[in-house]
Amino acid sequence: ISALVIVEHEGGAIKPQSVSAVAAAKSLSDDDNTIAMLLAGSGPSLHLAASRAATCHPSVSQVLVADSDKFSYSLAEPWAKLVHLVHQRGGYSHVIAASSSFGKNVLPRAAALLDVSPITDIVEISGSSQFVRPIYAGNALCTVRYTGANPCMLTIRATSFPVPPVSSDSKLNEAPISQVDLSTFDEDITGKSRYVGHTSQDTERPDLGNARIVVTGGRGLKSAENFKMLEKLAEKLGAAVGATRAAVDAGFVPNDLQVGQTGKIVAPELYMAFGVSGAIQHLAGMRDSKVIVAVNKDADAPIFQVADYGLVGDLFVVIPELSEKLPGKK
Amino acid sequence: MKIMVPIKRVIDYAVKIRVKPDKTGVETSNVKMSMNPFCEIALEEALRIKESGLATEVVAVSMGPTQCVDTLRTGLAMGAERGIYVEAKGDLFPLSVAKILKKLIEIEKPGLLILGKQAIDDDCNQTGQMVAGLLGWPQGTFASKVLLDKEKQVATVEREVDGGLETLCLDLPAVITTDLRLNQPRYATLPNIMKAKSKVIKKFTLLDLNVEIKPDLEIVEVREPPKRKAGVIVSSVDELIDKLRNEAHVI
Repeated sequence: ISALVIVEHEGGAIKPQSVSAVAAAKSLSDDDNTIAMLLAGSGPSLHLAASRAATCHPSVSQVLVADSDKFSYSLAEPWAKLVHLVHQRGGYSHVIAASSSFGKNVLPRAAALLDVSPITDIVEISGSSQFVRPIYAGNALCTVRYTGANPCMLTIRATSFPVPPVSSDSKLNEAPISQVDLSTFDEDITGKSRYVGHTSQDTERPDLGNARIVVTGGRGLKSAENFKMLEKLAEKLGAAVGATRAAVDAGFVPNDLQVGQTGKIVAPELYMAFGVSGAIQHLAGMRDSKVIVAVNKDADAPIFQVADYGLVGDLFVVIPELSEKLPGKK
Repeated sequence: MKIMVPIKRVIDYAVKIRVKPDKTGVETSNVKMSMNPFCEIALEEALRIKESGLATEVVAVSMGPTQCVDTLRTGLAMGAERGIYVEAKGDLFPLSVAKILKKLIEIEKPGLLILGKQAIDDDCNQTGQMVAGLLGWPQGTFASKVLLDKEKQVATVEREVDGGLETLCLDLPAVITTDLRLNQPRYATLPNIMKAKSKVIKKFTLLDLNVEIKPDLEIVEVREPPKRKAGVIVSSVDELIDKLRNEAHVI
């Protein structure tokens, strides 16, 4: 097995989901896999990220760095070409990325250039060519076998591949860093898409997809105003705020907070659902959470069937009480 | 300019799916089928672009078993001018779909391909990116806003990315995949449903298009996800906090 892991980095740091992709690459077989990490970008933050990549996981055998202005904004067109180029030189058996918006955007395009079928959103690896992925928004699990030519291209769900804490002797294991020769990099496509801008959500709160705790409101919250109560609770817990499609459709919150089949799929350690009935489309987006808490005044709400802890009660009493009594974030 | 919109026939969004007892797949016989919700959004966007005078024609495409023609009729009733149906039996994975679309694009020469970011059955989220790669066209995936500039021949696409929104400017022709908040699709009205019956659906076979299906994926089995075990009902906030702290150890 020789795997190429496509790495995301920001401000000189490796994104945790990319380290999960390395963990997934490691689990492809019991033998000594060689794992190369591929970073692209430009400027000092790229090189800082590369040096961190070299020690981020004991199994990394090589760090490849593509330094060019073309990669300043993580566009799919140059990135797919880069993966194609690097694979042609390295002949990898697997190419792996995290199922982030970046990985989902880039990896299938690169797979098309290499004329192979990618397998996306993997939650379980059972051998070097057999993988489990959720279908129907997690209402079924599908085992697929890849029978095509190299490389086998995968995106993995980071929540399914936890990264063991880095041990103190990891300094001893520093993978060599080398530059990707871009002299033959084909320019034709790269000018056709241009980065214009980026607006980020308020960064005070963690991203919904990666948060350790998620608090979600449903239609039971009744208004946008009442969602503020939930935000206060989230702030105290250091949690992300989510919502059901019903709450989004009712205009309480913007759609980027939607958890469910047509929204975001989350799997935090603690998921707290307030005034959520538990429609199958919503359950599909959060059923892999480790601990689920449901608060609803309707004791028959289906959400209670998946909740580890249920509390039948009035949200407008329970939420403020929780905000008051719960400990602040660590 | 012509816009092409591929649409997929899937189990209806509201149906609770059942895994077949022999684990070969999900039961689809006697189950309500509909147009994939993300495809509806794609078609709606194409129709709005046409209605604003920036495109002249919307062509809907579907492929798979014969019943896909029904889904195409729905698309025609929403307002697409023409349909193209590609007959194909067995599993069609995204690489094959992308190759078929590439052939159709070479025939039809649209200026824009708009498609759903994913289908709610296999949840692959691959086809748009793959067809863009095969064509060498720029891609704007997970779009929440699309603005066309006919003079400059560019599309400005706002994309839903992790933790925010990204804006890209793409030279046409381009591929756009749609996210949920791009628009609210219309319902087909009865007069339009009647009108759709006389619209043309052209049929192709894989042989006509000279596309070879590459069998590089195999479905080994489909099973139900593990059930969560039933939890407990607590009686107060204090009890809940106690459980979370001392039993679940999550706070």
